[in-house]
Amino acid sequence: MEVHRYEKIWIGISLLVIVGWIATVVFGAVGPGIAMVDDSGGQIADPSNPTESDAFRDPGVYQVGENEYEVYVLARQFAFQPGTSEPIRVPANSTVTFYVTSPDVTHGFEVVGTNVNTMVIPGQVAELTVEFDDPGRYGIVCNEYCGSAHHTMEGTIEVVEQDEVNGTEGDT
Amino acid sequence: MSGVVDATETETRTDRDRDESLATGVFLEAYPREAKVVRICFGVALAALGLIGVFGLVQALHRTGFYRGFVSSADYYTVLSAHGVLVAFVFTTFFVAGLFTWAVTLSLDRPLPHPRLTWTWLGMLSLGTVMAVSAVLGGLLDFVPMEADVLFTFYVPLEAHPVFYVGAALVIVGSWLAGASYFLAYREWREDNPGERIPLQTFMVLTTFLMWYLSSVGVAVEVVVFLIPWSLGIVPQVDPLLTRSLFWYFGHPVVYFWLLPAYLLWYTVLPKLAGGRLLSDPLARVVFVLFLLLSTPTGFHHQYLDPGIAEGFKFVAMTNTMFLLLPSLLTAFTVVASMGHGARQRGGSGRLGWLRALPWDDPAFSGLALAGLMFAAGGFSGMVNAGMNLNYLVHNTLWLPGHFHLTVGTATALSAMAIAYWLVPQLTGKRLRFHGLAVVQPYLWFVGMTLMSNAMHRGGLAGLPRRTAEPQYDQVSFEGVVGTVGEMQLQIAVGAVLLFVSLALFLTVIVGTWLGPRGGQLRVNGDIPEPLSGPESAPRVLDNLRLWFAIAVVLVVLAYALPLWDMVADGVFQPGTPPLSP
Ligand code: HEM
Ligand SMILES: [Cu+2]
Ligand SMILES: [Cu+2]
Repeated sequence: MEVHRYEKIWIGISLLVIVGWIATVVFGAVGPGIAMVDDSGGQIADPSNPTESDAFRDPGVYQVGENEYEVYVLARQFAFQPGTSEPIRVPANSTVTFYVTSPDVTHGFEVVGTNVNTMVIPGQVAELTVEFDDPGRYGIVCNEYCGSAHHTMEGTIEVVEQDEVNGTEGDT
Repeated sequence: MSGVVDATETETRTDRDRDESLATGVFLEAYPREAKVVRICFGVALAALGLIGVFGLVQALHRTGFYRGFVSSADYYTVLSAHGVLVAFVFTTFFVAGLFTWAVTLSLDRPLPHPRLTWTWLGMLSLGTVMAVSAVLGGLLDFVPMEADVLFTFYVPLEAHPVFYVGAALVIVGSWLAGASYFLAYREWREDNPGERIPLQTFMVLTTFLMWYLSSVGVAVEVVVFLIPWSLGIVPQVDPLLTRSLFWYFGHPVVYFWLLPAYLLWYTVLPKLAGGRLLSDPLARVVFVLFLLLSTPTGFHHQYLDPGIAEGFKFVAMTNTMFLLLPSLLTAFTVVASMGHGARQRGGSGRLGWLRALPWDDPAFSGLALAGLMFAAGGFSGMVNAGMNLNYLVHNTLWLPGHFHLTVGTATALSAMAIAYWLVPQLTGKRLRFHGLAVVQPYLWFVGMTLMSNAMHRGGLAGLPRRTAEPQYDQVSFEGVVGTVGEMQLQIAVGAVLLFVSLALFLTVIVGTWLGPRGGQLRVNGDIPEPLSGPESAPRVLDNLRLWFAIAVVLVVLAYALPLWDMVADGVFQPGTPPLSP
């Protein structure tokens, strides 16, 4: 089978592009340490009762270290808890780990304008760690169809000055 | 390839130069039964395409806020379910079945064996379609006591009426039997032609179907083992993660099931329409073998953002996905080179000047060529999706519909329309009517899609979610990275209107032709010239389908055995959820 010279060059370029593209992802993973959503958040044996499980706490914001917080969020038809009826409040210059699950159907958890984005699947806990440097407001939308009022499912994260945070206990 | 009149003669002539006697619906006369099968398949596919366009327009106007009077926002999801299901299960499947019936019959130069089998699969596809589509439309029609507002991905635990799942299963199994028809035809041909190379088009059909058998098992298991019993209440709960993983096991290769028919046309028909011939038969075979090998072990790239799946498995899927670019890049080369060859046969010359020599006023040609061009753009946006890290930026945003309206929505759909201009006359013995409308139609699609798709991509970067009736919120605002959100919405709406008009022109031409009188000069002929470099120079091993299938199975096992085991080790139905209504 003879392959024309131009075609050989083209195949060479194609392979370079492919390998190069894979390399950028590898570099992103080991270099700046861009973490992916994976199985580290654990599972929930009875998806409709996440708080019964060891893998999940009552929804709310918990301080776990000097500048470290954990936020447990329930995404449910059609609200984030916390997030929708009151914002998720975390201090600036903190590292926040979100644990998100759903007691009903599959949802999305997208912090608009960032690459904080995960699927929320019943029975699984999505874990994502985010650094919040400056004070500000971020919108959260559900970006996976979850039912007839899916388009109303939204929330807010408020990143506030250090001393403005009071609730370090789980609040719903 | 057989079915060829005389290769040398077609060298310098194009369709329209040929005289009438050679061009009177050869396929229809040689294979009246197969022509009828293809006609039925195309009829359903093109009718589905019309509905897809109606629903698409409703969606685009609704979600951009230009007009929300057609349906309520709750019913938006019924419309979107219909749009997606008609694309994923109806238009594509019927188009593939029709096209492949034509390709196998023509290239083996013999009718399909066992007519009963043919009518059986056609019946199953049709029944499955009627069931699934009426379950979905039941959400809009009060007198139909069914609903299936679950979109074409039907993620558990959103529940659809059992009729929906049974319909989907029938379509899948029907497609398997269609494949059986092609394999049986090949077997008969092989008995008469021992030692010969598999004709190229048949080779493409068989490799595509091997890929399809391997991958559609995933959705078949999901639907038959889990969803049907669950929706009937026989099984109380199913695992959302396991079922969606089975879905995506099928969900990526299925896009190649939709795309490879377009590839078949770009390889075997487009060069001829350009006035030339395919450059290399062996490379075309290599490309299809690569698709068979690599299409399936990639599905986790749709689940980069899923919890419950270890990062390593996602990484394997990404690597395979990236290598899957190779056959597409090879195709880009061959298609452009074959068109260049055609242009030079037509007297074109120069670095870019040859482009002007191409028959841009032949809608079959321009449609296929523009579809290929848009597919290249879709390939680039697909590379972004496939990058595990970049995916976080675009996952489930409007970027995705932007992407797949270029791929299935144009590469497949516009190719289907283009080839209809060429095949429908050969299948009906009727000359194409409203030729002027047909000439502008592909360009209109191209412009409409350029508007809609670029704006969707940019909207995705701004964070606009897909699958959302009213992407506007009290607490959330979106900022365009390039352009403003208002301007994007306008482009989406205007693009959608142009696409809709383009589709209407297309259907006018086809329906007009179909209902019109027979006879007259058809303006097209079905000859396909031999490739410049024929199958004799292809290594024999390329035709060893058993070998390639076996390797494909091994790759799938490597990519899927461990993660699936992780999901089922704690019990096949654990962690499980009961059905919930949308
Ligand atoms: C008149 C032409 C069309 C228009 C105006 C149109 C418009 C749209 C819009 C606005 C959406 C996004 C809805 C949302 O996410 O909220 C969509 C989704 C989609 N379209 Fe189209 N479309 C058209 C034709 C097609 C064609 C020809 C195909 C494929 C053959 C196609 C395939 C899809 C698919 C697969 C989806 C995703 C459905 C889902 O998310 O469940 N569309 N379309
Ligand atoms: Cu939602
Ligand atoms: Cu994919």
